[in-house]
Amino acid sequence: MALIETRGLRRVYNLDAGRVVALDHVDLDVENGDFLAVMGPSGSGKSTFMNLVGCLDRPTSGHYSLGGTTVERLDANGLAHLRNREIGFVFQQFNLLPRLDALANVELPMIYAGIDRKHRRERAIHALERVGLTDRARHRPMQLSGGQQQRVAIARALVNNPSLLLADEPTGALDSKTAEEILGLFQELNREGTTVVLVTHDADVGRHAGRLVRFKDGRVTEDSRQTPVLVPLAEAAE
Amino acid sequence: MRFIEAIRSALGAIMTNTLRSLLTMLGIVIGVAAVIAMVAIGAGARNLVDSQIRSLGANLAIVTPGNVTQGGARLGAGAASSLTDDDAQAMRREVDGVVAAAPFVQGLTQVVSGGSNWATRIYGIDLDWFDAREWDVASGRGFDAEEIRRGDIVVILGETVARNLFGEEDPIDRTVRVRNVPFRVIGVMAPKGQSAFGQDQDDVIFVPLDAGRRRVIGRNYARDGSVGSIFVKFANEEDIEPGIALMTDLLRQRHRITGDQENDFSIRNLTEIANTATASANTLSLLLAAVAAVSLLVGGIGIMNIMLVSVTERTREIGLRLAVGARPRDILSQFLIEATTLSTIGGMIGVGLGVGAAYFVASLAGWPSLVSMNAVLVAVGFSAMVGIFFGFYPAQRAARLDPIEALRRD
Repeated sequence: MALIETRGLRRVYNLDAGRVVALDHVDLDVENGDFLAVMGPSGSGKSTFMNLVGCLDRPTSGHYSLGGTTVERLDANGLAHLRNREIGFVFQQFNLLPRLDALANVELPMIYAGIDRKHRRERAIHALERVGLTDRARHRPMQLSGGQQQRVAIARALVNNPSLLLADEPTGALDSKTAEEILGLFQELNREGTTVVLVTHDADVGRHAGRLVRFKDGRVTEDSRQTPVLVPLAEAAE
Repeated sequence: MRFIEAIRSALGAIMTNTLRSLLTMLGIVIGVAAVIAMVAIGAGARNLVDSQIRSLGANLAIVTPGNVTQGGARLGAGAASSLTDDDAQAMRREVDGVVAAAPFVQGLTQVVSGGSNWATRIYGIDLDWFDAREWDVASGRGFDAEEIRRGDIVVILGETVARNLFGEEDPIDRTVRVRNVPFRVIGVMAPKGQSAFGQDQDDVIFVPLDAGRRRVIGRNYARDGSVGSIFVKFANEEDIEPGIALMTDLLRQRHRITGDQENDFSIRNLTEIANTATASANTLSLLLAAVAAVSLLVGGIGIMNIMLVSVTERTREIGLRLAVGARPRDILSQFLIEATTLSTIGGMIGVGLGVGAAYFVASLAGWPSLVSMNAVLVAVGFSAMVGIFFGFYPAQRAARLDPIEALRRD
């Protein structure tokens, strides 16, 4: 069974200006271990798709299951639980809490998972290890470069061992060299078995994924496998 | 999220904006400090007034001669001595609940002992007087029935007089001269301190009623058997009101006052004066509580205001927390705990300041400061409740945020 399964997924917004069909009948399967790039111009429905897949929103109609759980049947608490356990978010603006150091930021999802302090600390250190930032554990976000901040955010996304890493323009606020490093990190995590869904409008970024899904006007217009551009390991590890 | 961690996280958030948090707390701090200080100072003052008034003696009424009209001119109270020994005896005999009726005369005089002398107040009293005033002899002895009956020239000194005339020496069996009459000292009273009106109650000497009347004070008590005033002591507080009514009837009858003629005496209930003072102190406490409630209300609105600002400022944080798995009720409790922590810390600072102020004022005024543990607990509990009450609306707004909207906000 696929990790993500959508059937006839539809999301309609009732705005003052009228009804907007943001997503129209999307059928898509994402397998465990996929590295999927979701592309499309703004207004194509890729953000709506990401919000639905990320359990931040519920479809107007249609079906979505994540790892066997039927998402449209869940209430707000059920969605929160699923986001906490199964999904790790990475945002364009990192969204780290400025008054907490890197370690405490990484611990945040585990607080809501009810994990005790000692284990939280251990797992947060381990997650920072995976993104190569152990020596910056006590730094606050303001004391870190953009690339380092995004690594902390990725560590935070990984720390509850989610089945899906959901990244929304993760390199949008970074220079091209740092962007390459972050994409290399995603590739590395993907090789280790993490399913990655990366939303972007940037074709260069999309080329790093093994599968490309293109949205237009709320529908999937292209779904293809491709040979990803690989970031050399040395560069990714830097 | 566990409670302790929630508090730790709330403290972190509060400390991020130390100045703003302190300013927000200020309303609560001032309100609580004012309450604690005023309640303590008020209780101290009430206690002092109370003990001073009660130092007259419990369940006490005083009968004083009233105004008298002489040839068309109304003379002031006490101008004529309309009361007599017999009036006192009649009251003791005929009014229910009276345990002592102590007639006395008083005046000012100079007391001389050897080379030193001292101006003081002199009382001519009978056997009941010390009972009525609940006042004991500290050294030596009190008057006996024979001394009172004969009007012996013996004297009991107040503590202040004894100290000024004799210093460290023992005054018992020494002689003091009052208007050239040599009185033998038989006792010294226990110190009683200041009266409610700031008078030194120990600056006084006592002689038997007749000795005072005949040999020392004289002038106003020319008529045989007349006295200045009469202390009347009742067994119980409930006896006082009906007793005063009976005494009034009795004295009118004895003084042959009929119809709508004015009384030539007046009776005051001293216990009632004490109760009035206590009641006005209680009213004051109520007023303080009202002021406190208003300032806590204002403080609470301040907290609500700053929490709303905080929710708006931290919208992205809320969105992020929701994205990583916080449930709406986690967000609700986070902000609620933050508001409550803020107001409780404010309350505790207020208690500290209030206690300090209470002790400061008390030491200046020279009365005991009574910081009540109850007031402290109520104040801290109340400020916590203010936090919960006024923090709820902002917290609920935070919890109802849509995660997508919240994450998009700048």
